[in-house]
Amino acid sequence: MLQKPKLLTVLDVAAIASFLAATALVFFYAPLERVMGAVQKVFYFHVASGWVGMLSFLVAAIVGIIYLIRKDLKWDSVGVAAVEIGIAFTLINVVTGAIWARPIWNTWWTWDPRLTTATIMELVYLAYLMLRAGIEEPERRARFGAVYAIVGFLSVPLTFFSIRLFRTIHPVVIGSNDPGAMGAFDMTPTMTQVFLFSLLAFTIVYFDLLWHRIRLGRLAERVESLRLKVQA
Amino acid sequence: MMDQPANTISYFIAGYGFIFGVMIFYLASLIIRWRNLKQDEALLNELDQKETTGNE
Repeated sequence: MLQKPKLLTVLDVAAIASFLAATALVFFYAPLERVMGAVQKVFYFHVASGWVGMLSFLVAAIVGIIYLIRKDLKWDSVGVAAVEIGIAFTLINVVTGAIWARPIWNTWWTWDPRLTTATIMELVYLAYLMLRAGIEEPERRARFGAVYAIVGFLSVPLTFFSIRLFRTIHPVVIGSNDPGAMGAFDMTPTMTQVFLFSLLAFTIVYFDLLWHRIRLGRLAERVESLRLKVQA
Repeated sequence: MMDQPANTISYFIAGYGFIFGVMIFYLASLIIRWRNLKQDEALLNELDQKETTGNE
């Protein structure tokens, strides 16, 4: 039982290989941006982390809907796995953004619409874990978690569109920049290749981590039911 | 006029240090949690078997 599937081993190899390749491309292939210098290279994994964070919260919302329809706890363990990984990647996104901002904006932090909405999104999902920790009954916890993941997902499009809807100094990667954007740059074809490959690599890494985290959740459920059996 | 890009290598190192740090930390947490649960499972299985044998 809980034997590692061969497909997961294949996905592990693909995730490690694509992540190492993306790192090598960023470090050795992507050109140095002529104004910002080396710190611009943070952009590749900064955006990829943001993408994976948002994708993960989308997965949590979708499995939340599925749980509410089917009432099957296996979807709840997928939801919590997705949120946990989404929090880790959003943390990377927010902190690397601050590191990039220090030399480019001359400040670690400013209450810009994108930075603010991304931080709110992170806090919304941290609260999801706190909510779950406070409920013992599995069905009730799953129901509350599912509803929360669906409602909490409102913070994701708000974060994504914040740089397109509001006045902001945050650069826009796809689409036109606000005239007040600071640190915007034109991507060369080489930069675009590295950027797209980083997005792909992080997506593969994400699904690999998600699968492992789901298996961990299933193992935890099995141990819990064994514990109840022994105690009875 | 700026001929050379700004020297921002230390921020580049800090950025990638943080990215790799979080990823290693998360991977380690998955491995440790898995190992602990496996140990718990083995112990509980042993207890369960002892109980079953004791009842016979």
